This record gives sequence, C-alpha cells and structure tokens, in this order.
Amino acid sequence: MARLRDFAKLMRSKNAGPFQLTIDVMMENRADYDHVVASRLLTAKSVGDLLGVEPQLVQVFEYAPALAIKVSLPRALSVGDPMDNDLFGGQMFGPLVNLELADRSS
Amino acid sequence: MNQIKYIAPAPMVGSGFAEEPFLAALSPDMAFIGCDAGSCDGGPSYLASEDKVFATREGVKRDLRILVKGARSIKRPLLIGSCGGSGANWAVDLFRDLVCEIAAEEGLHFKLATIYTEPDRSTLKERLAQGKVKPLHPAPAISDEIIDDCIRIVSMAGHEAFLEALDQGADVVLCGRATDASIFAAIPIREGFDPGLCWHAAKILECGSAAVTKSDGPNGMICTIEEDRFLVEPVAPHHLVSTGSVAAHALYETGDPFQMKEPGGTLILTDATYSQVSDRCVAVSGSAWQQGAYTLRLEAASLAGFQTMSIGGIRDPALLSELDTWLDEVRKRVRNSIERQFGWRMDEDYWLTVRCYGRDGVLGELEPERDSIGHEIGLLMTILASDQRRAASIASVAAHAYLHHTVPAWSGSVSNTAFPFSPHVVDLGPSYRFSLNHVVELDRPNELFDFHYEDI
Repeated sequence: MARLRDFAKLMRSKNAGPFQLTIDVMMENRADYDHVVASRLLTAKSVGDLLGVEPQLVQVFEYAPALAIKVSLPRALSVGDPMDNDLFGGQMFGPLVNLELADRSS
Repeated sequence: MNQIKYIAPAPMVGSGFAEEPFLAALSPDMAFIGCDAGSCDGGPSYLASEDKVFATREGVKRDLRILVKGARSIKRPLLIGSCGGSGANWAVDLFRDLVCEIAAEEGLHFKLATIYTEPDRSTLKERLAQGKVKPLHPAPAISDEIIDDCIRIVSMAGHEAFLEALDQGADVVLCGRATDASIFAAIPIREGFDPGLCWHAAKILECGSAAVTKSDGPNGMICTIEEDRFLVEPVAPHHLVSTGSVAAHALYETGDPFQMKEPGGTLILTDATYSQVSDRCVAVSGSAWQQGAYTLRLEAASLAGFQTMSIGGIRDPALLSELDTWLDEVRKRVRNSIERQFGWRMDEDYWLTVRCYGRDGVLGELEPERDSIGHEIGLLMTILASDQRRAASIASVAAHAYLHHTVPAWSGSVSNTAFPFSPHVVDLGPSYRFSLNHVVELDRPNELFDFHYEDI
C-alpha cells in the first residue's frame, strides 16, 4: 500500500471565506493524478467522516488543469470563533496525508 | 492589436513587496496599477476592531508610498480595495491619511477618491424586510436585532465602485471592502474587453505574484488582455510561470475552482485553457462570464465575549497516563469552585476551553490519533466570559486548579503545569464572531456606498 502523500506534491487546507474550509491535493504528473482520482480515495463521505461533516455538505472537485483534487466543506465553527482551533484552516488537511491507497503500477 | 495592460505590484498593501522590479517594469503603456489590501482570513477581530490593520501602519505607508509615486510617475490611476484588511470606514480614513502624508512629503498633487462601504443599518433592515437579504451556505440566523448587534458590517463592492470614482476623475481610489478581483476587472471591462477574460485575469492578478512557480516573497504580476486571451507575466525577472502554476491559482482560497461569484454574475472556468508562451508567460483563454442578479456579499462581526488564557506544559508521565480522567476532574473542580465563589455557571455564564497540544490541540474530538501521546503535552486553557474581569477571575481559579489538582499516582501536594510566563494568566481582550454570511440584492450597484473626492 502507498499513502496519499506519496502521490501529492502539495496538500494544504485554507479558509474559503469565513464559513468554509477547502482542501487541495495537488499532484506532480498526470499519471499520479489519474491514479489518485481512480482510487476514489477522496470522496464526500471519506473526507466528511474524517472532518466530522455530513457527506451531502462536502463538495469534491477534480481539477485537471492543475492536476488537483479540491474538497470544500462547511467549517464547524466560523473563522476565528473563540472555540475555533485553526484560524487560517491551515492544518485541517492533516488526517488526509497518510490515507492509504494502492500503489501505482508503472 | 487591441489590448490592455496593467500591473499588480503586490499581493497586498503592507506586504512589503519588492520595489526595484516594480519600478523597472513600470511603463506608460500600463492602463492602471491595482493592489488589494484586504482579507477576512485573519478572523473577525480585524473586522470588528477600530485599530487593527491586517499588516502594520508602517508597512502600509511604505507600500503606499511606492504605489502612489509609481502611479503618478506614469500618470495612471492607482486602485486600492479593502483598505486596512477589513475595508472598514475607519481603515479607509487611515489609508487616506497615509496617502495625504505621502503626497505632502513627496510634493505630489492628484484627485483622491475614498469609497465607504459600510452599509447603513436601516437600509439593510429595509432590504431584509423586502426579502432582499439572502443567506449563503452555511449562514447564521439574521434579524433586525442581529443586525443591530453587529459591531461592524461591510459590503463587498463590485468593479462599478471603482468605475464611478474614475468617472469623477479620481487618480487614486481608496475603496472600503471590495471583492479582490473587482479592483482589476473594472478598467478592462469598461474598455470593452471580454468580461470572462477580465474577471479571470483579475482573479489571478489580485494575488500579485502568487501564481508564479516558486515564490520567494511578495512580488508582482503583469497582465495583458487581448481580444480572445490574456497573458500573465511576473514582474520579477527571476520569477517563472507555468500553465500548472497559473491554473492552480483557481484553487487558492476558493470553494469551487470552476465557478466564482462576483457581484453581478459568475466567472465560469470550466472551459478555460492555459498555454505556455515562454517560461515567463502563460496565455489563458476560454474563461466565461455569466451575468446574474446584482448582489453584494456582507461581512459582519459581533462580540462573542472576552477571553483570558493560560498556557503550560505537562511532563509528568504518571499524570499523562491518566490525562483524560484528570482533565475531567479539574473541569469539575473549576465548575464547582466558580459556582461556589461567584455564582457563575459553566457553559451558561462562561466557557472553559482546554486544548491539549501534542494530543488533539488542532483537531479536537476529530483527532483519530488522540490516544497516542508523546512524553509531554502543551495545555492551553481559555476562559470566555461576558466581561474581561470575570474571565480573568475565572481563569485565575482555573489555572490554580490545573497547577495543583491531585494526581492519583502521587500523595501530597503537586505542581502539575510548567508555565513559561509570569503572569501565567493573560487577558486576550474582546473576542468576536463572524455573524453574517449573506448577500443583499441591489437595484443599482453602488447604492449602498458613500463616495468622497478631494484634490490633494
């Protein structure tokens, strides 16, 4: 088994406005991108489960021009709420980094 | 060939962008200079407060001086949006004062426009009653009372605000909250270029050099819009762009990489294509614009309370092996002590938040690995209450409890927390929440704004 980080050149999370979080997983080349897309690893359900959001509120985009998968979801708490743990949303991608998927047959 | 060229010297006013490459790139064939100053990324505190600039006053003045002098040297307009970060009225005034200081120091004369975008509350309530204030998703509740409770409300201006100021002959435009892209879309749209290309180019340029392959600090980008494509080229000679780096910019801080809402419609990137012209130039075409109802997004912040915090480390293996039980016990102790001492009830009159760094400080209860902790834990304890003195009183009791509460493995009095600071309890001041996520429908684009003009 491989991990998602093995195929990604960049994984990041950011705020998209005060009420939304967005996660970008960007691949280095087309083969890695196709492999990660085909693995169906990142779905509304899988990411929603990891981040505690109902799958119907999670949007997944395959964005080929940048060889990227984007996942956008509502924040549990708005940006900078006194109980919010991550002002810039910058570390919320953490649980996705070591997700396991099949190796890519070269 | 019919084309328009403009320059975005920096991702943000106050970022400390590189001056030399900007001055070297500046030329009279540029139609304007634009720079965004805003962001809601730093949280509601910047929106609510009367003095927090999302950079520093000194940093802003340094950048404004370069921008104003640069624009006057080629006699082209300088457009700045979302002054101060929040785009609050006071921040527009601050930028205006800084620009006036710079003009006096440099001996410059020009026509200055200031645009205030905090909407009148009664107008907003009228629109709410007319059903013209619509929730985005997810949106908190809205009512007349909630509008009154907001410490500040700003509306995000569209490109029409810049055009109105330019029509009045403004050389320098300082706008309150505006969409980042509207700064850069305004003049190209007025000149008749394809709105899809204008808005897409603006979306890329508003972040300055962010779309380069390897960024080494805040720098700029140059855009040239032609009939059926636009070109982006970094300002700094050592910066490169690739189709991937430019395309990737559609992902940055956006919820949807294919559709981006602006006040009068939606930018559609489904058919956008990117081609490499040189290692320093990428061409983009196929971006589309879909006209829609004219709506302005509202941003607002209300007071959540006042916070006091204490931070410390726990290194005792005997305590760490029973951390959850111990934390529960301390929470109960604080609850009981405060109720006995002051009569204030936890989760009603005040809130105690404990974050355990090294265990689940980032993800909280979502942390899948919260059972595998290391040899020490950073404990951040925060009290939220309705006023600062109350928060401080509770935090003082709570910090004492975290320091001295008994640990089952030991008998006798203990000191459980290593505090790195004296005082070990620190007031954080007021704490805010974003309190609206709504749009307001308008009949005319600029009807909520105040425009002021002066000859400097």
